[in-house]
Amino acid sequence: MANYWHEDIECMPLEDMRRLQTEKLKKQVQHVWDNVPYYRAKMEEKGVTPDDIQSVDDLHKLPFLSKADLRDAYPYGLLAVPLTDCVRIQSTSGTTGKRVVAFYTQHDVDLWEDCTARAIVAAGGTADDVVQVAYGYGLFTGGAGLHGGSHKVGCLTLPMSSGNTERQIQFMCDLGSTILCCTPSYAAYIGETLHEMGLTPDDIKLKAGIFGAEPWTEEMRRSIEASLGIKAFDIYGLTETSGPGVAFECGEQTGMHINEDHFIPEIIDPDTGEVLPEGSVGELVFTAIDKEAFPLLRYRTRDLCKLTRGKCSCGRTLIKMCKPMGRSDDMLIIRGVNVFPSQIETVLIEQGYSPNYLIEVDRKNNSDTLDISVEMTAEQFSDKMKDVQDKERALASAIKTMLGISPKVHLVSPKSITRSEGKAVRVIDRRKLHD
Amino acid sequence: MDTIKQFSIFVENQQGKMAEVTRLIADAGIDLRSLSLADTRDFGILRVIVNKPEETEALLSANGWTYKVTSVIAVKVPDIPGGVATMLEMLDRANVNVEYMYAFVNRVPGTAVTVVRVDNDFAAIGALTAGGIELLSVEEAYGA
Repeated sequence: MANYWHEDIECMPLEDMRRLQTEKLKKQVQHVWDNVPYYRAKMEEKGVTPDDIQSVDDLHKLPFLSKADLRDAYPYGLLAVPLTDCVRIQSTSGTTGKRVVAFYTQHDVDLWEDCTARAIVAAGGTADDVVQVAYGYGLFTGGAGLHGGSHKVGCLTLPMSSGNTERQIQFMCDLGSTILCCTPSYAAYIGETLHEMGLTPDDIKLKAGIFGAEPWTEEMRRSIEASLGIKAFDIYGLTETSGPGVAFECGEQTGMHINEDHFIPEIIDPDTGEVLPEGSVGELVFTAIDKEAFPLLRYRTRDLCKLTRGKCSCGRTLIKMCKPMGRSDDMLIIRGVNVFPSQIETVLIEQGYSPNYLIEVDRKNNSDTLDISVEMTAEQFSDKMKDVQDKERALASAIKTMLGISPKVHLVSPKSITRSEGKAVRVIDRRKLHD
Repeated sequence: MDTIKQFSIFVENQQGKMAEVTRLIADAGIDLRSLSLADTRDFGILRVIVNKPEETEALLSANGWTYKVTSVIAVKVPDIPGGVATMLEMLDRANVNVEYMYAFVNRVPGTAVTVVRVDNDFAAIGALTAGGIELLSVEEAYGA
């Protein structure tokens, strides 16, 4: 028997869903127009007014929001209600230099928790379950999101937060946790530790896991399922749209149902911004049609993804998204390490260099190489060879401290790095040529 | 004080870059009086002394080259065995450090003119003249 948290919504016929979305979207656009001057200016620039949005089919007329907008508008520029109406703040870690702060009214917290409640129920959760939340608690949305959903469903909730793995397993054994919520990598680690402690899945009562907040593969899913003796469910979300629960997996495990009564998804061509037909791979864009405090319209997630609609064996009619296939922005994985050009840029600026640089990644003898060319100013140039080389070494060392991997730094003449009129080309990845 | 203006030009290690900058100088009717190139895998520093320093500076600047103007001394080292060693010993005794040195292109009979970049021009000139070693005058260096 399939279980739903909101059967009327989760199994709603498409025409009804579109009607519901249209109604909410129109209201939301008016709300943003009236209360978020930052976005209103973007609409005006595009020549769009709330009157132009008469149905979900008009969504494409609205301007996009990107991470850069969030940075520009930090912290209150996209807030759509008075602060006094807000009850919560959550934030991203900011490790990539792109901190996002999101605001929630009580209504927003409720709808978010309803989303995670749907995920818990889809994973087989009921009021009889014991949910162990081993996502980090705090500003990070993982802990708070699943914690709230677990309460809604009426599960006995263990707010463990992440870490202290042996205690996690101790609680699992003593209190009979049935559902584990954490990142997939932490789930794998818990599984590993369980076996190291001489225990087997038979010693615990876990039946399901809800794992998200980072990319994971199908292979990893099978391995976690085997080591913990559970069924593993994927969950998707981002702080910008509320947190985990924007989409969740059902028992079919063939993609995540998007809570499209709250978040309208689109797939666009990341280069042109053009909306692509269903089934195409492109950048995932979300419009939050129900949120009050931080209602992002057409927010570009940078996740490359595919949407498919069709009746699912679970009975849900909610559109499905596949596991994100990668980022459309420029995160690089070099020697297994995630590298954002913005991190390199941060170091360059700290060390007094211009932000004109070129990152070149290649593969030589099966090993990734990272070369960074940086323009120096006339003042930074020295007629002594050693001074220039010392500068290169100092910069390479500062970048290594930031990234954890060693680059080769080349100082080059001012204005020698090609400028672009649009988005600057900062990265050349030649590894693709070899694949 | 007889120090000479030297241009140190940053030259990326790309084909044609050296030709490009020397052609620029030549087309302005400027004569290279001495030249040295220090290079690594990625870049080189072309060091030149020219007959028209002011014009050269304006030219490099206007064409976007990265350069530094530094003062060097040009020493008339006696053209005998041990000439260079003797000169360096004088500098050493005066606690002057040599950053780099190279030979001057134009010959002065009986001497091997050597361009020397030191960390203390004043002390170097004092030590060398006291030791009886002549320096190339600015006029001689620029060929005026």
